[in-house]
Amino acid sequence: MSNAIESLGSLWGPLLVLGQIGLFTLVLLLSIAFLLLFDRKVWAGVMMRKGPNVVGPFGLFQSFADFGKFLLKEIVIPAGANKAVFLLAPILTCTLAFVTWAAIPVAPGTETGTSWVIANLNVGVLYLFAISSLGVYGIIMGGWASNSKYPFLGALRSAAQMVSYEVSIGFIIVTVILLAGSMNLTTIVNNQDGGIQNWHVFSFQYFPLIVVMVPMFVIFFISALAETNRPPFDLPEAESELVAGYQVEYGSTPYLLFMLGEYLNIVLMCAMMTILFLGGWHGPIALGPELTANLPPLLLSLSGLAWFMGKVLFCFFLFALVKAIVPRYRYDQLMRLGWKIFLPTSLAAVIIVAGYVTFVGGLS
Amino acid sequence: MALIAFSLIAAIVVLAAMFVIAARNPVHSVLWLILTFFSAAGLLVLIGAEFLAMLLVVVYVGAVAVLFLFVVMMLDVDFVELKQGTLRYWPFALLVGVILLAELVLVSVAGGALPTGNMDASPGAPTNAEAIGRVMYTDYLLLFQLSGIVLLIAMVGAIVLTLRHRPHIKRQNIAKQTGRRRGDAVELKDPTPGQGI
Repeated sequence: MSNAIESLGSLWGPLLVLGQIGLFTLVLLLSIAFLLLFDRKVWAGVMMRKGPNVVGPFGLFQSFADFGKFLLKEIVIPAGANKAVFLLAPILTCTLAFVTWAAIPVAPGTETGTSWVIANLNVGVLYLFAISSLGVYGIIMGGWASNSKYPFLGALRSAAQMVSYEVSIGFIIVTVILLAGSMNLTTIVNNQDGGIQNWHVFSFQYFPLIVVMVPMFVIFFISALAETNRPPFDLPEAESELVAGYQVEYGSTPYLLFMLGEYLNIVLMCAMMTILFLGGWHGPIALGPELTANLPPLLLSLSGLAWFMGKVLFCFFLFALVKAIVPRYRYDQLMRLGWKIFLPTSLAAVIIVAGYVTFVGGLS
Repeated sequence: MALIAFSLIAAIVVLAAMFVIAARNPVHSVLWLILTFFSAAGLLVLIGAEFLAMLLVVVYVGAVAVLFLFVVMMLDVDFVELKQGTLRYWPFALLVGVILLAELVLVSVAGGALPTGNMDASPGAPTNAEAIGRVMYTDYLLLFQLSGIVLLIAMVGAIVLTLRHRPHIKRQNIAKQTGRRRGDAVELKDPTPGQGI
């Protein structure tokens, strides 16, 4: 093995990264396939239906059947459409949704302070925020290039909606950055070590801040719903008024890319909630160093990965549940909630947390 | 490796910037502008200023360019008509271009103070963000706060300019809407058959 590595020389680094990216993408795509089914099953369960149950046992292969169907259909491009932009939009959405995952640490590394992540960025949080703020372009471009009224209205709505809710998401992220004292996602996760009470949502290590951080988690969750255009904030594609919003003219593979990007963004938001608030890969009960010292490091990494995936699944379950049980918001209510309630609340939280960190102490 | 990356990204920046001017459709212009911003962020990453790069993407690509696109898309202009007569402005455009180029050449030749080669993106601190923060909140604190106040005034000004209280229009009373309960809206009746209520 080591001989093989040496013979590759300087090529080893890039090859390793390529391998990591390939593996990560594969796992991500498979997870998305089953999460899609999970979403539909939860939705069906709330409505006392059975959900997809024909393809494979319990309908497990439904997503793969859908995938084949999307790929084999004909791509229809509307006559007046701006062809290049029309096709670029779904590709952009999907690419950006994949690119964000490069900075997500999913499990602890074998040495302390390291993690399983493709790119361990010092500005990881900002990177996630920056790339996910680009997601709006796919929607605007798709809506505009369709050269049709409903898609355009949907695109305008979603542009306003996503820009509005990004602001409060940004402020909430700032509170977490202040607590962890770093923008590195691995450092943020490791700041929540030591049991469930130290997760940022509870923040027992900064005692009275639980009063601030629990509401911040709730606001982040609701903003994430709005940011990913999920019900009850799915106004860009409100079928009762806009047919399907910006995706009206899309079918087959371009639509598949849009949908894939959307679900990747939803799972990304779940991963962000997990990392920023729910302790990332740390379990609810802290194992002391005397316990973990005798275990093989790989086992610890894998158990961390399992915790991470479990928490992401929990957040995704919440997303699916909200889709099933909450009616759609009206547009002015959406704007009011974002600008008049969430923005002042999160701004006040930033001031409180900053004051706490400065005067009571917290930055290590 | 870094040189190849730099050449590639710099070429994309210049090409995209040229297409911003050359594109016939204003929406395409804005899309090229977005590519320019994004590639410029890539250049910043290459010199190790990752914090600035992310801020460039968040502020310019994520917010400013969205508003550009928003406005340009809603314009209903005849592009052919718009392009007619642009030839008249060539001398003026040429003049501006020559002045800008001359200034750039002047700075790069006579300036000498421009750092070349290995620049330190984060002097005196482990990360770029910390280096900027340390300078900004110590040496330049007053200027920093001053710029904040300028922005606040601009914001208040924009709100004052656009805020109009128009009388005689129906407004939604949100408190009344959210305060509505089942008892206010639904009444159960037990109609007798053939008679109605």
